[in-house]
Amino acid sequence: MDVIVNNISKTYNKGEILAVDDVSFSVKSGELFGLIGPDGAGKTSIFRMLTTLLLPDSGQASVNGFDVVKDYKEIRKRVGYMPGKFSLYQDLTIEENLNFFATVFNTTIKENYHLIEEIYVQLAPFKDRRAGKLSGGMKQKLALCCALIHKPTVLFLDEPTTGVDTVSRKEFWEMLQRLKQQGITILVSTPYMDEATLCERIALMQNGKIMSIDTPQNIMDQYPDNLYAIKAEKMSLLLKDIRLYADIKSCNSFGEYHHISFQNDSPLIQADFFDYLKNKNHHIEWKQVAATIEDCFINLMLNHE
Amino acid sequence: MNREVVIKTDKLTKRFGDFIATNEITFEVYAGEIFGFLGANGAGKTTAMRMLCGLSIPSSGTATIAGFDVYKQTEDIKKNIGYMSQKFSLYEDLTVLENIYFFGGIYGLSNKQLKEKSNTLIEQLGLQQESKKLVGSLPLGFKQKLAFSVAIIHEPKIVFLDEPTGGVDPVTRRQFWDLIYDASDKGITIFVTTHYMDEAEYCNRISMMVDGVIKALDTPANLKKQFAAQSMDDVFFELARGAKRKGD
Repeated sequence: MDVIVNNISKTYNKGEILAVDDVSFSVKSGELFGLIGPDGAGKTSIFRMLTTLLLPDSGQASVNGFDVVKDYKEIRKRVGYMPGKFSLYQDLTIEENLNFFATVFNTTIKENYHLIEEIYVQLAPFKDRRAGKLSGGMKQKLALCCALIHKPTVLFLDEPTTGVDTVSRKEFWEMLQRLKQQGITILVSTPYMDEATLCERIALMQNGKIMSIDTPQNIMDQYPDNLYAIKAEKMSLLLKDIRLYADIKSCNSFGEYHHISFQNDSPLIQADFFDYLKNKNHHIEWKQVAATIEDCFINLMLNHE
Repeated sequence: MNREVVIKTDKLTKRFGDFIATNEITFEVYAGEIFGFLGANGAGKTTAMRMLCGLSIPSSGTATIAGFDVYKQTEDIKKNIGYMSQKFSLYEDLTVLENIYFFGGIYGLSNKQLKEKSNTLIEQLGLQQESKKLVGSLPLGFKQKLAFSVAIIHEPKIVFLDEPTGGVDPVTRRQFWDLIYDASDKGITIFVTTHYMDEAEYCNRISMMVDGVIKALDTPANLKKQFAAQSMDDVFFELARGAKRKGD
């Protein structure tokens, strides 16, 4: 186990805000582990405690066997951390930033170049440009290089893809898969539910708590109900009408379709439901579907309230 | 069908030196429509939106917003639109009620209107207990719903939403879209940007910007047909993959 977290909690404002609420999990060596949840779920607080930048109020945690409170100096030598907010030196160039971080960790760019090579070649043509003048995508790549240049054992990436378009997000995740092959343990956080399936294991988080922790496939397989996708001409009206039907358990819009489940699913209920919609003048298209992580997240959220 | 046009642009262009941020974009948006304005990072969306909001004077081309000219009538434009972004919308160190009064006041609502509006608004959002609390202390989901309601407090013709749902949980995200539908039903035109491709499906029509130009514009269903794609995600990928510009 590279990361072990036992019952850690964190509050702010003299205990007024409970940011992390009795959280436990562990991450295996070489694993790609995701913390999935919206803003305010507690993802950043957990990362900052594990990278020794914040002290937990209670509980214990260790990284590479070192305690996050007592052995903070050892942990800082070993881990790489890419914060959600761009934190490199804006008035240093690409090359100067990278050199700076290599030197601080007593290494050189040359020594670990193989780790960053694939990413750095895209930055190399601009290596004399100041970090503050880079585009969002390039800043992100440079930050990743700087977090990798001392060959960390564990890499912490806090919302690396937030605000980034789908194409760049895909590229970023492809980069992570290749880093994983180099044996680096990766903890990544994201508010995008669709990225969850790209991790080996995930923790679904809301309001400082882990609601579920498992492989994405197991979480999706554990969805408790039959789930159906339904669409009609007037989607907004369809949603309202479905919610008025007595035996509906859940009904949420999912892009082109609405996803629905029943209180007591049976062919009889379905037939009645179809009649109901027909009377409301909806000509529907309908199919059974497998739950996505977002379906599971919504279901868990409602159960936790 | 004869539909009222509330946004009309013709070869609208913005240059910064040699760089053409927005390159001759031409499109129309109809009253009450939910119009998705999508594109890769750096495609020129923000620049285009700033021109449409009367915050940036175009280099060339023409555009009218709610009937007002983007060169000469920028103040009239500002009075007739609402704007909300993920980054800035409300004052965190004012209370819920103070924010409503502040923005309502700026948009010229009378004291009587302010009182009525704030009452209905607080009731609709279920914020009765929180009305005297600082906005900074509210959960993000509440803030975003409040910000949207404040952005349309003066019943504008058009509201511009710049990534309004970034970072919120999946349930709140859907509640936010319920608000969007309600506003659209009332005839307010919604002009929205998003990185969530499922939200693209909720729009009546979508434009896709790549490298400063509008590469495609149609309903989600037609776009999927046109690009033989399963999802909007695939359409986006198909269009943006070849993008030369990658920025913010």
